[in-house]
Amino acid sequence: MITGRDIRKKYIRNYPSAFCPGCGDGMVLNALSRAVENKDMNKDKITAVSGIGCAAWVPSPYWKVDTLHTTHGRAIPHALGVKVGNRELEVVVVAGDGDCAGIGGNHLIHAARSNLGITVLMINNGLYAMTGGQAGPTTDHGEVTLTTPFGNPAAGLDVAEVVKAAGGSHVARWTTYHMRELIKEIEHAFSTEGFSFIEILSQCPTRTGKKQGLSGVQMLEWYKENTSKDPESDKIFVGRLADETKPELSKDIYDQIRRCGGEPI
Amino acid sequence: MKGPGEYFMEGNEACAEAAMRAGLGLFAGYPITPASEIMNLLCKKLPETGGRFVQLEDEIASMATITGASWTGLKTMTATSGPGFSLMQENLGYAVMTETPCVLVNIQRAGPSTGQATKPGTGDVMQARFGSHGDYEIIALSPNSVQEMYDMTIRAFDLAERYRTPVLLMADAGVGHMREKVKVPDEVKIEGRREPEPGEKEFFHTDRPDHVPPMPKFGDGYELMVTGSTHKGDGTRDTAGYETQDKLVRRLNAKINDNRKDIEDWEEFNCQGADLVVVSYGSISRPARGAVKKAREEGLEVGFFRPKTLWPSPEERMKEIGMDSSVLLVELSLRGYRMEVERCVGVDGVTVYDRINSLPTIDMIYDKIKEVLM
Repeated sequence: MITGRDIRKKYIRNYPSAFCPGCGDGMVLNALSRAVENKDMNKDKITAVSGIGCAAWVPSPYWKVDTLHTTHGRAIPHALGVKVGNRELEVVVVAGDGDCAGIGGNHLIHAARSNLGITVLMINNGLYAMTGGQAGPTTDHGEVTLTTPFGNPAAGLDVAEVVKAAGGSHVARWTTYHMRELIKEIEHAFSTEGFSFIEILSQCPTRTGKKQGLSGVQMLEWYKENTSKDPESDKIFVGRLADETKPELSKDIYDQIRRCGGEPI
Repeated sequence: MKGPGEYFMEGNEACAEAAMRAGLGLFAGYPITPASEIMNLLCKKLPETGGRFVQLEDEIASMATITGASWTGLKTMTATSGPGFSLMQENLGYAVMTETPCVLVNIQRAGPSTGQATKPGTGDVMQARFGSHGDYEIIALSPNSVQEMYDMTIRAFDLAERYRTPVLLMADAGVGHMREKVKVPDEVKIEGRREPEPGEKEFFHTDRPDHVPPMPKFGDGYELMVTGSTHKGDGTRDTAGYETQDKLVRRLNAKINDNRKDIEDWEEFNCQGADLVVVSYGSISRPARGAVKKAREEGLEVGFFRPKTLWPSPEERMKEIGMDSSVLLVELSLRGYRMEVERCVGVDGVTVYDRINSLPTIDMIYDKIKEVLM
């Protein structure tokens, strides 16, 4: 049985944590590392790509694999270059909801449409935390944030449903309360050839918690009480939204090269 | 892919052919006039050479894709025109900061904004130099013939790989859509990027005089940290330290500036002792050269100077020319290269013949030469 200490030694770079006390990002880093360990994957063949924001720090600098820390919202097209460049690599994107579904929303839709064989973990805390707690694409209607002092006049986006509609092979939603399920879901994402998208609802005690008078632990409790694995329930659905086998982009590109008589350089 | 020999080709076709000859591993692009012929050809022909072709949702993604793919060890390229070039500036800066070799072809058209998509222009020359934010230097080449579309595409890959930097091929619609004879050479020379020696751990710093660190690739167990944030030699982020920022940014700039002698390239004739030197680049330099020849036949002391690298500019040579001669800058934009020529030659020494939308005739430029010399 591998211990937490073993996981830290093998997968986590030894830098002081930039995450606030009670943040969910460290939990995602833990889940990601454990999924790789459980699947006995060769971590030399993993490339983690991220953009800008708190969640982007999960792989870079903390995860001990090849990391590409890119521009705001552009992690997915950089990851596309890595995956199509060398499809032997397991490519993982970790992004916040603003990075992934706001500024990078178009890239997300098209990567799902083309069923690019990467895994995207979108850590959803409902706002732009690093810059002070401004409203994001996932902020609910009426919610008060730094830039919606009178309540959000726009509605929030259900990103997982969008990715499902766009055609990604594997789509799921969990929260940081559901660590065991999350680890299993990431393992399933690694087994999926096509596009895998896991939305992870995650607490931001600094930006949201302080406003609502909730600690990190109380926010986890909130996830427990307000989510359900039953799709018929009125609560937030957690579980798998899609799981289909479809043609994968980089495989098609490599197959076409071979059909044309070439061999990928 | 066309083997050695002589062909009748379009400029954009020559660019695509040369890229394949250079060993293009991945092309990513988005359709745009007047650059689309490059992707239209590569989608058909690149696969048989083992290269990957990807069409993306926009130019932002195209630039990101060639940057990501370069870290898997491939030579990568995208091609676009003005509006797309604007969208690529963000990730172009990222490629500069992370020292990622790649080639960006800009078949310039008349702007600003949508402008005239099929008409040539060189209004992006300053954007090429300053378009992305922050302090950086860039390499930008300027072809004026279909042959140079071929040769400079090869050189763009060579420079990108050797200096670990994005290289811009700043062509224009005139050259991109021009058709003429091209000689595909028997051999092309591309040195390639320097891979790390065993034990080397710094991929973002070097004390070598060329300032170019070695570049590993993903998947080789280096646990690489590539970031657009300010970083130390081993890739570690330093978001606030003075020394790290100073050392990194100065080296990135020195990488281009200290290697100017190797990078700079130009064509000139009859500049020695000329009363007037016509400076021109891109497709308009063709009638400009014709006008200079005509002027010389008429007994006028006129020289011709054509920067083939716009950035870094042939600064020293232009300064020398400015000491002895007046300059007539002939260009396909109002402010394309003017400030750089004025900086080197002196504002008072430069007269400008600018034209936007289409090429002038030889006689139109010749008349201007006579007017300046009167």
